[in-house]
Amino acid sequence: MKQCLVVDDSSVIRKVARRILEDMNFEITEAEDGQQALDACRSTMPDAILLDWNMPVMDGLEFLTSLRAEDGGESPVVVFCTTENDVAHIARAIRAGANEYIMKPFDREIVEAKFQEVGLI
Amino acid sequence: MTPGEFEFLKTFLKTRSGLVLSSDKQYLVESRLLPIARSSKLETLSAVIQTLQRGSNRTLETDVIEAMTTNESFFFRDKTPFDHFKETMLPALKEARASRRQLKIWCAAASTGQEPYSLGICLKEEASKLPGWRTRILGTDLSLEVLEKAKAGLYSQFEVQRGLPIQMLLKYFDQKGDMWQITAEMRSMIEWKKLNLLESFTHLGEFDIVFCRNVLIYFDQTTKSEILGRLAKTLPDDGFLVLGAAETVVGLTDAFKPVPGKRGLFQKKQAVQAGTGSAAGPRLAVGGGVGFRR
Ligand SMILES: C[S@@+](CC[C@H](N)C(=O)[O-])C[C@H]1O[C@@H](n2cnc3c(N)ncnc32)[C@H](O)[C@@H]1O
Repeated sequence: MKQCLVVDDSSVIRKVARRILEDMNFEITEAEDGQQALDACRSTMPDAILLDWNMPVMDGLEFLTSLRAEDGGESPVVVFCTTENDVAHIARAIRAGANEYIMKPFDREIVEAKFQEVGLI
Repeated sequence: MTPGEFEFLKTFLKTRSGLVLSSDKQYLVESRLLPIARSSKLETLSAVIQTLQRGSNRTLETDVIEAMTTNESFFFRDKTPFDHFKETMLPALKEARASRRQLKIWCAAASTGQEPYSLGICLKEEASKLPGWRTRILGTDLSLEVLEKAKAGLYSQFEVQRGLPIQMLLKYFDQKGDMWQITAEMRSMIEWKKLNLLESFTHLGEFDIVFCRNVLIYFDQTTKSEILGRLAKTLPDDGFLVLGAAETVVGLTDAFKPVPGKRGLFQKKQAVQAGTGSAAGPRLAVGGGVGFRR
């Protein structure tokens, strides 16, 4: 079973994402901010990360930049999932090493389409 | 709506657009046609159908026909046809049309445009391998309403997130408020025309590739066979036909044969046999496996 780390400060979003991803046969771990996510990755590198942008403590972009600099941090497939939906944000995320980008609001079909796009399913 | 009125509607749609409406589709008719009943001030479905029966209201006829079509589409739908396009069709035609350097592609049920635009993006991505080539994409549909949307190339955030890789969104779209519009350059690659597949399309001329996906499923066997037969006449022997994931030519026409190992891809019988000798091996079918070399 592939592992997906869901990073979002909203427990509602984490719950929705968990439900969708579990149906897609992923094993889910959760983090509430970038720092928690980084700690989680240091203990076990997941196969995929669904990543919010705006979060307290450490935001998504900062997390991604740190992750990509870690040992083995290039391996997880990172899919941003955020309300930031302008070209500038998307381009910054891609440059920082994001593999795909979901603009909120999202639904099951979009998550499936994007995960398929990056070869996770 | 009386059973008699429903029967009339069935015949009307079958004759005008090919749509086969099974008797369990009353709910569908109601949900699609009640808005028309209201906006045309006829108020009830019975009144709409009686007006159709009198045959004096063209606008209403078109509205009813268009409202009963299913227009769902998305970018790079089913993915494999677009892989076949890049890896099988373009390499084969690049050789076969080397002297003419011209490709004509037809999307015969283009709906809101995602399919022709996906092909346009593929062509753009492969452009360096086709230096000096002229490529033309024609998108046709029965419904003017979807063609208007296709022409505008304006899509919602939901629509651009189903099937379109984020890199392609950045590269080929401009953000317009909360919508995304495919670039003017991409829009200029496609030509749009209204066309009913039940009617003659010989005036469109010959094509190298025809995408006719997810429209034949709405028709009965006779109509499917008849359309496939006429599609064969728009393609040369080495041309390609692409059908939807749930569609096939098997049992419908002898004019096309599935290209072995390539789901949804068909060529005229003669071409496949000529290219492969007696035994149809997938390797030889369309020069597959060669990749798209310069
Ligand atoms: C489900 S869409 C398919 C769109 C696209 N080819 C795809 O696969 O995503 C079907 C389209 O066929 C069109 N259509 C239905 N009957 C038709 C007919 N008789 N002639 C031409 N187009 C027709 C509808 O208007 C609709 O836009």
